[in-house]
Amino acid sequence: MKILIVGGGMGGTILANNLARRLTNELKTGKARITMLSASDKHMYQPGLLYLAVGRMTPDELYRDQASLLEPGINFHVDPVEEFQLDNNRVKTKSGKTHEYDVMVIATGSRMFPEGVPGMVENAETFYTEETALKMFKRLQAFEGGKVVVTVGVPHKCPMAPLEIVFMLHDYFKDRGLADKVQLHYTYPIGRVHTLENVAKWAAPEMDRLGIKYETFFNIKEVDGANKILRSEEGVEIKYDLLITIPTHKGMEVVEKNGLGQNGWIPTNRTKLNMEGRSNVFICGDTTNIPISKAGSTAHFEADVLGENIAAMVKMGTPVREYDGKVFCFVEAGKDRATYAMFDYQNPPDPKAPTKAVHWFKMAYNKLYWVSARGLL
Amino acid sequence: MAEKKIVDGRGSFCPGPLMELIVALKSSQIGDELEVLSTDKGSANDIPEWVHKVGHEYISTTEEGGVWHITVRKKK
Repeated sequence: MKILIVGGGMGGTILANNLARRLTNELKTGKARITMLSASDKHMYQPGLLYLAVGRMTPDELYRDQASLLEPGINFHVDPVEEFQLDNNRVKTKSGKTHEYDVMVIATGSRMFPEGVPGMVENAETFYTEETALKMFKRLQAFEGGKVVVTVGVPHKCPMAPLEIVFMLHDYFKDRGLADKVQLHYTYPIGRVHTLENVAKWAAPEMDRLGIKYETFFNIKEVDGANKILRSEEGVEIKYDLLITIPTHKGMEVVEKNGLGQNGWIPTNRTKLNMEGRSNVFICGDTTNIPISKAGSTAHFEADVLGENIAAMVKMGTPVREYDGKVFCFVEAGKDRATYAMFDYQNPPDPKAPTKAVHWFKMAYNKLYWVSARGLL
Repeated sequence: MAEKKIVDGRGSFCPGPLMELIVALKSSQIGDELEVLSTDKGSANDIPEWVHKVGHEYISTTEEGGVWHITVRKKK
Protein backbone atom coordinates (compact mmCIF):
# COMPACT_ATOMS: atom_id res chain seq x y z
CA MET A 1 0.00 0.00 0.00
CA LYS A 2 1.38 3.39 -1.00
CA ILE A 3 0.81 5.91 1.83
CA LEU A 4 1.37 9.56 0.97
CA ILE A 5 1.58 12.24 3.68
CA VAL A 6 1.35 15.81 2.42
CA GLY A 7 2.82 18.22 4.99
CA GLY A 8 5.73 17.91 7.43
CA GLY A 9 4.35 19.82 10.41
CA MET A 10 3.36 18.36 13.73
CA GLY A 11 0.46 16.22 12.48
CA GLY A 12 2.24 14.86 9.40
CA THR A 13 5.47 14.11 11.28
CA ILE A 14 3.85 12.33 14.22
CA LEU A 15 1.70 10.33 11.83
CA ALA A 16 4.61 9.30 9.58
CA ASN A 17 6.67 8.12 12.57
CA ASN A 18 3.70 6.38 14.16
CA LEU A 19 3.03 4.51 10.91
CA ALA A 20 6.69 3.64 10.32
CA ARG A 21 6.89 1.94 13.71
CA ARG A 22 3.61 0.10 13.29
CA LEU A 23 4.55 -1.05 9.79
CA THR A 24 8.22 -1.99 10.28
CA ASN A 25 7.80 -5.40 8.68
CA GLU A 26 5.54 -4.19 5.90
CA LEU A 27 8.06 -1.47 4.99
CA LYS A 28 10.86 -4.07 4.88
CA THR A 29 8.93 -6.45 2.66
CA GLY A 30 7.60 -3.73 0.38
CA LYS A 31 3.97 -4.36 1.36
CA ALA A 32 3.78 -0.72 2.48
CA ARG A 33 5.59 2.44 1.47
CA ILE A 34 5.45 5.82 3.26
CA THR A 35 6.26 9.04 1.40
CA MET A 36 6.21 12.52 2.94
CA LEU A 37 6.14 15.68 0.82
CA SER A 38 6.88 18.94 2.59
CA ALA A 39 7.54 22.56 1.70
CA SER A 40 10.58 22.80 4.00
CA ASP A 41 13.60 20.81 5.16
CA LYS A 42 13.16 22.40 8.60
CA HIS A 43 10.58 21.62 11.27
CA MET A 44 9.41 24.49 13.46
CA TYR A 45 8.10 24.23 17.02
CA GLN A 46 5.38 26.81 16.45
CA PRO A 47 4.31 27.32 20.11
CA GLY A 48 7.83 28.66 20.70
CA LEU A 49 6.97 31.79 18.70
CA LEU A 50 5.01 33.10 21.69
CA TYR A 51 8.19 33.00 23.79
CA LEU A 52 10.32 34.44 20.97
CA ALA A 53 8.01 37.48 20.86
CA VAL A 54 8.77 38.33 24.51
CA GLY A 55 12.46 37.42 24.47
CA ARG A 56 12.17 34.09 26.27
CA MET A 57 13.37 31.87 23.41
CA THR A 58 15.78 32.36 20.51
CA PRO A 59 15.08 31.39 16.89
CA ASP A 60 17.53 28.46 16.85
CA GLU A 61 15.53 26.77 19.63
CA LEU A 62 12.50 26.58 17.33
CA TYR A 63 13.99 24.38 14.61
CA ARG A 64 15.28 20.89 13.85
CA ASP A 65 16.13 19.34 10.50
CA GLN A 66 12.97 17.56 9.38
CA ALA A 67 14.90 14.51 8.15
CA SER A 68 16.45 14.06 11.61
CA LEU A 69 12.97 13.66 13.15
CA LEU A 70 11.80 10.92 10.81
CA GLU A 71 12.06 7.16 11.30
CA PRO A 72 14.21 5.25 8.80
CA GLY A 73 12.08 3.92 5.96
CA ILE A 74 10.10 7.12 5.42
CA ASN A 75 10.75 8.61 1.98
CA PHE A 76 11.03 12.32 2.64
CA HIS A 77 11.09 14.92 -0.14
CA VAL A 78 11.20 18.70 0.07
CA ASP A 79 8.85 19.17 -2.84
CA PRO A 80 5.47 20.70 -2.01
CA VAL A 81 2.31 19.52 -3.74
CA GLU A 82 0.81 21.90 -6.27
CA GLU A 83 -1.96 19.77 -7.78
CA PHE A 84 -4.22 17.26 -6.08
CA GLN A 85 -5.68 14.85 -8.67
CA LEU A 86 -8.02 12.98 -6.33
CA ASP A 87 -9.94 11.10 -9.00
CA ASN A 88 -6.67 9.55 -10.19
CA ASN A 89 -5.16 9.02 -6.72
CA ARG A 90 -2.10 11.11 -7.44
CA VAL A 91 -0.52 14.50 -6.79
CA LYS A 92 1.83 16.67 -8.80
CA THR A 93 4.62 18.57 -7.03
CA LYS A 94 6.42 21.86 -7.56
CA SER A 95 9.34 20.06 -9.23
CA GLY A 96 6.94 18.46 -11.69
CA LYS A 97 7.05 14.95 -10.22
CA THR A 98 3.95 12.81 -9.84
CA HIS A 99 3.30 10.69 -6.74
CA GLU A 100 0.59 8.04 -6.74
CA TYR A 101 -1.07 6.79 -3.57
CA ASP A 102 -3.50 4.26 -2.22
CA VAL A 103 -4.06 6.33 0.92
CA MET A 104 -3.26 10.04 1.29
CA VAL A 105 -3.23 12.24 4.38
CA ILE A 106 -3.33 16.01 3.89
CA ALA A 107 -1.74 17.85 6.82
CA THR A 108 -0.71 21.15 5.29
CA GLY A 109 -1.68 23.35 8.27
CA SER A 110 -2.82 26.95 8.31
CA ARG A 111 -1.39 30.43 7.85
CA MET A 112 -2.13 33.83 9.29
CA PHE A 113 -4.13 36.13 7.06
CA PRO A 114 -3.88 39.68 8.44
CA GLU A 115 -4.37 40.95 4.87
CA GLY A 116 -8.10 40.36 5.38
CA VAL A 117 -8.37 43.44 7.62
CA PRO A 118 -7.63 46.85 6.07
CA GLY A 119 -4.59 48.43 7.71
CA MET A 120 -3.64 45.42 9.82
CA VAL A 121 -0.44 44.34 8.03
CA GLU A 122 1.00 47.86 8.00
CA ASN A 123 0.14 48.82 11.56
CA ALA A 124 0.02 45.78 13.84
CA GLU A 125 2.62 43.48 15.31
CA THR A 126 2.09 39.74 15.58
CA PHE A 127 4.09 36.61 16.32
CA TYR A 128 2.88 33.80 14.06
CA THR A 129 6.12 33.60 12.05
CA GLU A 130 9.77 33.86 13.10
CA GLU A 131 10.12 37.14 11.23
CA THR A 132 7.04 38.78 12.79
CA ALA A 133 7.82 37.49 16.29
CA LEU A 134 11.33 38.95 16.14
CA LYS A 135 9.99 42.24 14.80
CA MET A 136 7.42 42.34 17.60
CA PHE A 137 10.09 41.75 20.25
CA LYS A 138 12.18 44.60 18.87
CA ARG A 139 9.11 46.90 19.00
CA LEU A 140 8.51 45.85 22.61
CA GLN A 141 12.12 46.57 23.52
CA ALA A 142 11.85 50.08 22.08
CA PHE A 143 8.46 50.75 23.70
CA GLU A 144 8.71 53.04 26.73
CA GLY A 145 5.04 53.52 27.63
CA GLY A 146 1.51 54.04 26.34
CA LYS A 147 -1.53 52.00 25.42
CA VAL A 148 -0.89 48.48 24.11
CA VAL A 149 -3.93 46.89 22.48
CA VAL A 150 -4.10 43.12 21.90
CA THR A 151 -6.85 42.36 19.40
CA VAL A 152 -8.15 38.99 18.24
CA GLY A 153 -9.38 37.83 14.81
CA VAL A 154 -11.20 34.57 14.02
CA PRO A 155 -10.52 31.85 13.21
CA HIS A 156 -7.00 31.72 14.62
CA LYS A 157 -4.42 29.10 15.40
CA CYS A 158 -3.98 28.31 19.12
CA PRO A 159 -7.11 29.51 20.94
CA MET A 160 -5.12 30.18 24.12
CA ALA A 161 -2.62 32.52 22.44
CA PRO A 162 -4.67 35.72 23.02
CA LEU A 163 -4.73 35.24 26.79
CA GLU A 164 -1.17 33.96 26.95
CA ILE A 165 0.31 36.94 25.12
CA VAL A 166 -1.60 39.52 27.16
CA PHE A 167 -0.53 37.96 30.48
CA MET A 168 3.05 37.54 29.27
CA LEU A 169 3.12 41.16 28.10
CA HIS A 170 1.96 42.25 31.54
CA ASP A 171 4.91 40.49 33.16
CA TYR A 172 7.31 41.67 30.44
CA PHE A 173 6.53 45.34 31.06
CA LYS A 174 6.46 44.83 34.83
CA ASP A 175 9.97 43.33 34.71
CA ARG A 176 11.15 46.35 32.74
CA GLY A 177 9.75 48.67 35.41
CA LEU A 178 7.11 50.03 33.04
CA ALA A 179 3.99 48.70 34.78
CA ASP A 180 2.83 52.23 35.62
CA LYS A 181 3.52 53.57 32.14
CA VAL A 182 1.88 50.83 30.06
CA GLN A 183 -1.87 50.30 29.81
CA LEU A 184 -2.79 46.90 28.42
CA HIS A 185 -6.11 46.62 26.60
CA TYR A 186 -7.55 43.34 25.29
CA THR A 187 -10.37 42.81 22.81
CA TYR A 188 -12.31 39.61 22.10
CA PRO A 189 -15.02 38.83 19.51
CA ILE A 190 -17.69 37.38 21.81
CA GLY A 191 -19.32 38.45 25.08
CA ARG A 192 -16.57 37.21 27.43
CA VAL A 193 -12.76 37.23 27.43
CA HIS A 194 -12.36 33.69 26.12
CA THR A 195 -14.53 31.32 24.13
CA LEU A 196 -14.27 28.63 26.84
CA GLU A 197 -16.60 29.77 29.59
CA ASN A 198 -14.56 28.20 32.38
CA VAL A 199 -11.36 29.76 31.05
CA ALA A 200 -13.09 33.15 30.82
CA LYS A 201 -14.25 32.76 34.44
CA TRP A 202 -10.69 32.81 35.77
CA ALA A 203 -9.15 35.04 33.10
CA ALA A 204 -11.49 38.03 33.57
CA PRO A 205 -10.88 38.45 37.33
CA GLU A 206 -7.18 37.90 36.68
CA MET A 207 -7.24 40.76 34.16
CA ASP A 208 -9.11 42.93 36.70
CA ARG A 209 -6.49 42.12 39.32
CA LEU A 210 -3.62 43.01 36.98
CA GLY A 211 -5.27 46.18 35.68
CA ILE A 212 -5.74 44.85 32.13
CA LYS A 213 -8.76 46.50 30.46
CA TYR A 214 -10.93 44.47 28.11
CA GLU A 215 -13.55 45.08 25.47
CA THR A 216 -15.75 42.11 24.57
CA PHE A 217 -18.04 41.84 21.52
CA PHE A 218 -15.22 43.36 19.47
CA ASN A 219 -14.85 42.04 15.90
CA ILE A 220 -12.07 43.79 14.06
CA LYS A 221 -13.19 45.90 11.10
CA GLU A 222 -10.16 48.04 10.22
CA VAL A 223 -7.05 49.73 11.50
CA ASP A 224 -6.62 53.46 10.95
CA GLY A 225 -2.85 53.70 11.16
CA ALA A 226 -2.69 57.46 10.55
CA ASN A 227 -4.75 58.17 13.67
CA LYS A 228 -3.77 55.00 15.57
CA ILE A 229 -7.36 53.85 15.94
CA LEU A 230 -8.71 50.28 15.85
CA ARG A 231 -12.36 49.99 14.76
CA SER A 232 -14.82 47.13 15.28
CA GLU A 233 -17.81 45.83 13.35
CA GLU A 234 -19.85 46.75 16.44
CA GLY A 235 -18.96 50.44 15.99
CA VAL A 236 -16.42 50.74 18.81
CA GLU A 237 -13.16 52.69 18.38
CA ILE A 238 -10.04 52.09 20.48
CA LYS A 239 -6.95 54.31 20.38
CA TYR A 240 -3.60 52.56 20.59
CA ASP A 241 0.08 53.35 20.79
CA LEU A 242 1.15 49.78 20.03
CA LEU A 243 -1.18 47.32 18.34
CA ILE A 244 -0.66 43.55 18.62
CA THR A 245 -2.93 41.15 16.79
CA ILE A 246 -3.84 37.51 16.90
CA PRO A 247 -4.61 37.49 13.17
CA THR A 248 -7.35 35.70 11.34
CA HIS A 249 -6.12 32.45 9.79
CA LYS A 250 -6.80 30.53 6.60
CA GLY A 251 -5.82 27.09 5.39
CA MET A 252 -3.00 26.83 2.88
CA GLU A 253 -3.32 28.40 -0.55
CA VAL A 254 -2.79 25.08 -2.35
CA VAL A 255 -5.98 23.74 -0.74
CA GLU A 256 -8.01 26.71 -1.97
CA LYS A 257 -6.41 26.67 -5.44
CA ASN A 258 -7.31 23.00 -5.88
CA GLY A 259 -10.90 23.65 -4.76
CA LEU A 260 -10.64 21.25 -1.82
CA GLY A 261 -12.24 23.56 0.73
CA GLN A 262 -13.43 27.11 1.29
CA ASN A 263 -10.77 29.31 2.91
CA GLY A 264 -8.38 26.36 2.81
CA TRP A 265 -10.31 24.20 5.31
CA ILE A 266 -11.17 20.76 3.91
CA PRO A 267 -14.59 19.26 4.78
CA THR A 268 -13.71 16.35 7.08
CA ASN A 269 -15.67 13.64 8.89
CA ARG A 270 -15.32 14.50 12.57
CA THR A 271 -14.74 10.94 13.83
CA LYS A 272 -13.30 9.05 10.86
CA LEU A 273 -11.17 12.03 9.71
CA ASN A 274 -11.64 11.18 6.04
CA MET A 275 -12.26 13.95 3.55
CA GLU A 276 -16.02 14.12 2.93
CA GLY A 277 -16.82 11.99 -0.12
CA ARG A 278 -13.39 10.28 -0.23
CA SER A 279 -12.63 7.03 1.58
CA ASN A 280 -8.87 7.02 0.93
CA VAL A 281 -8.08 10.67 1.69
CA PHE A 282 -7.69 11.72 5.32
CA ILE A 283 -7.17 15.15 6.83
CA CYS A 284 -5.09 15.94 9.92
CA GLY A 285 -4.60 19.04 12.06
CA ASP A 286 -5.46 22.64 11.18
CA THR A 287 -6.44 21.66 7.62
CA THR A 288 -9.79 20.12 8.68
CA ASN A 289 -13.00 22.12 8.87
CA ILE A 290 -13.95 20.34 12.12
CA PRO A 291 -15.20 22.94 14.64
CA ILE A 292 -12.48 22.32 17.23
CA SER A 293 -9.27 24.09 18.24
CA LYS A 294 -6.61 24.65 15.62
CA ALA A 295 -3.82 23.53 17.92
CA GLY A 296 -0.81 21.24 17.91
CA SER A 297 -2.45 18.86 20.36
CA THR A 298 -5.44 18.45 18.04
CA ALA A 299 -3.09 17.46 15.22
CA HIS A 300 -1.23 15.14 17.61
CA PHE A 301 -4.32 13.27 18.79
CA GLU A 302 -5.73 13.05 15.27
CA ALA A 303 -2.37 11.69 14.03
CA ASP A 304 -2.46 9.00 16.72
CA VAL A 305 -5.88 7.86 15.50
CA LEU A 306 -4.88 7.99 11.84
CA GLY A 307 -1.68 6.06 12.55
CA GLU A 308 -3.59 3.25 14.19
CA ASN A 309 -6.27 3.25 11.49
CA ILE A 310 -4.05 3.37 8.42
CA ALA A 311 -1.78 0.66 9.86
CA ALA A 312 -4.90 -1.44 10.47
CA MET A 313 -6.02 -0.80 6.89
CA VAL A 314 -2.69 -2.20 5.68
CA LYS A 315 -2.86 -5.22 7.99
CA MET A 316 -6.60 -5.98 8.12
CA GLY A 317 -8.19 -3.86 5.40
CA THR A 318 -10.23 -1.72 7.80
CA PRO A 319 -9.76 1.14 10.31
CA VAL A 320 -10.26 0.39 13.99
CA ARG A 321 -10.70 3.66 15.91
CA GLU A 322 -12.64 6.91 15.88
CA TYR A 323 -11.38 10.35 16.88
CA ASP A 324 -13.26 11.62 19.96
CA GLY A 325 -12.42 15.30 19.58
CA LYS A 326 -9.68 15.26 22.22
CA VAL A 327 -7.71 18.50 22.67
CA PHE A 328 -5.21 19.49 25.38
CA CYS A 329 -3.95 23.06 25.66
CA PHE A 330 -1.52 24.60 28.11
CA VAL A 331 -2.40 28.18 29.08
CA GLU A 332 0.48 30.41 30.18
CA ALA A 333 -0.89 32.92 32.72
CA GLY A 334 2.25 35.06 32.87
CA LYS A 335 5.97 34.41 32.98
CA ASP A 336 5.86 31.78 35.75
CA ARG A 337 2.32 30.38 36.13
CA ALA A 338 0.15 28.27 33.85
CA THR A 339 -2.91 26.06 33.70
CA TYR A 340 -4.35 23.74 31.07
CA ALA A 341 -7.62 22.86 29.34
CA MET A 342 -8.50 19.34 28.25
CA PHE A 343 -11.74 18.45 26.47
CA ASP A 344 -13.35 16.38 23.74
CA TYR A 345 -16.63 16.34 21.80
CA GLN A 346 -18.58 15.19 24.87
CA ASN A 347 -16.77 16.74 27.83
CA PRO A 348 -16.14 20.46 28.31
CA PRO A 349 -12.87 21.68 29.85
CA ASP A 350 -12.58 22.55 33.52
CA PRO A 351 -9.32 24.48 33.94
CA LYS A 352 -7.91 24.96 37.43
CA ALA A 353 -6.23 28.03 38.89
CA PRO A 354 -2.75 28.60 37.35
CA THR A 355 0.25 27.18 39.21
CA LYS A 356 4.02 27.32 38.90
CA ALA A 357 4.12 23.53 38.56
CA VAL A 358 2.09 23.56 35.33
CA HIS A 359 4.25 26.39 33.97
CA TRP A 360 7.40 24.35 34.57
CA PHE A 361 5.76 21.34 32.95
CA LYS A 362 5.08 23.52 29.91
CA MET A 363 8.72 24.64 29.93
CA ALA A 364 9.74 20.98 29.96
CA TYR A 365 7.30 20.21 27.13
CA ASN A 366 8.95 22.94 25.04
CA LYS A 367 11.98 20.59 24.99
CA LEU A 368 10.05 17.32 25.05
CA TYR A 369 8.24 18.38 21.88
CA TRP A 370 11.04 16.90 19.81
CA VAL A 371 10.36 13.52 21.38
CA SER A 372 6.67 14.03 20.70
CA ALA A 373 7.32 14.84 17.02
CA ARG A 374 9.21 11.57 16.73
CA GLY A 375 5.99 9.89 17.85
CA LEU A 376 7.45 8.66 21.14
CA LEU A 377 5.47 10.79 23.62
CA MET B 1 -29.21 35.24 -4.42
CA ALA B 2 -29.62 34.62 -0.68
CA GLU B 3 -28.72 31.13 0.53
CA LYS B 4 -29.40 29.05 3.63
CA LYS B 5 -26.27 27.58 5.21
CA ILE B 6 -25.80 25.11 8.03
CA VAL B 7 -23.04 25.90 10.54
CA ASP B 8 -22.38 22.62 12.32
CA GLY B 9 -20.94 23.50 15.72
CA ARG B 10 -22.01 20.25 17.44
CA GLY B 11 -19.44 19.01 19.95
CA SER B 12 -17.51 22.27 19.76
CA PHE B 13 -16.34 23.74 23.05
CA CYS B 14 -13.40 25.62 21.58
CA PRO B 15 -13.63 27.77 19.51
CA GLY B 16 -17.36 27.09 19.97
CA PRO B 17 -20.53 27.50 17.89
CA LEU B 18 -20.62 31.31 18.14
CA MET B 19 -17.07 31.57 16.81
CA GLU B 20 -18.02 29.18 14.00
CA LEU B 21 -20.96 31.46 13.18
CA ILE B 22 -18.71 34.55 13.12
CA VAL B 23 -16.37 32.81 10.68
CA ALA B 24 -19.26 31.60 8.49
CA LEU B 25 -20.81 35.08 8.37
CA LYS B 26 -17.57 36.51 7.01
CA SER B 27 -17.84 34.38 3.89
CA SER B 28 -21.61 34.86 3.47
CA GLN B 29 -23.60 37.41 1.52
CA ILE B 30 -26.02 39.96 2.97
CA GLY B 31 -29.43 38.29 3.17
CA ASP B 32 -28.07 34.76 3.67
CA GLU B 33 -29.64 32.69 6.45
CA LEU B 34 -27.36 30.66 8.68
CA GLU B 35 -28.62 27.86 10.91
CA VAL B 36 -26.19 27.03 13.71
CA LEU B 37 -26.32 23.52 15.18
CA SER B 38 -25.03 23.38 18.75
CA THR B 39 -24.97 20.82 21.54
CA ASP B 40 -24.10 23.59 24.01
CA LYS B 41 -27.27 25.12 25.44
CA GLY B 42 -25.29 28.30 26.23
CA SER B 43 -25.37 29.00 22.49
CA ALA B 44 -29.11 29.64 22.74
CA ASN B 45 -28.26 32.76 24.79
CA ASP B 46 -24.84 33.70 23.42
CA ILE B 47 -25.73 33.72 19.74
CA PRO B 48 -28.89 35.91 19.88
CA GLU B 49 -27.03 38.33 22.20
CA TRP B 50 -24.08 38.60 19.79
CA VAL B 51 -26.32 38.87 16.72
CA HIS B 52 -28.27 41.73 18.36
CA LYS B 53 -25.06 43.51 19.39
CA VAL B 54 -23.49 43.33 15.93
CA GLY B 55 -26.66 44.21 14.03
CA HIS B 56 -27.57 41.01 12.22
CA GLU B 57 -31.10 39.52 12.42
CA TYR B 58 -31.98 36.81 14.90
CA ILE B 59 -34.73 34.58 13.48
CA SER B 60 -35.42 31.60 15.76
CA THR B 61 -34.17 28.96 18.18
CA THR B 62 -35.48 25.40 18.43
CA GLU B 63 -34.24 22.35 20.34
CA GLU B 64 -34.43 18.81 19.03
CA GLY B 65 -32.85 15.80 20.73
CA GLY B 66 -30.26 17.86 22.60
CA VAL B 67 -29.27 19.87 19.53
CA TRP B 68 -30.11 23.59 19.41
CA HIS B 69 -30.87 25.06 15.99
CA ILE B 70 -30.33 28.82 16.00
CA THR B 71 -31.13 30.70 12.80
CA VAL B 72 -29.88 34.16 11.94
CA ARG B 73 -29.72 36.37 8.83
CA LYS B 74 -26.72 38.41 7.74
CA LYS B 75 -27.78 42.07 7.56
CA LYS B 76 -24.55 44.01 6.98
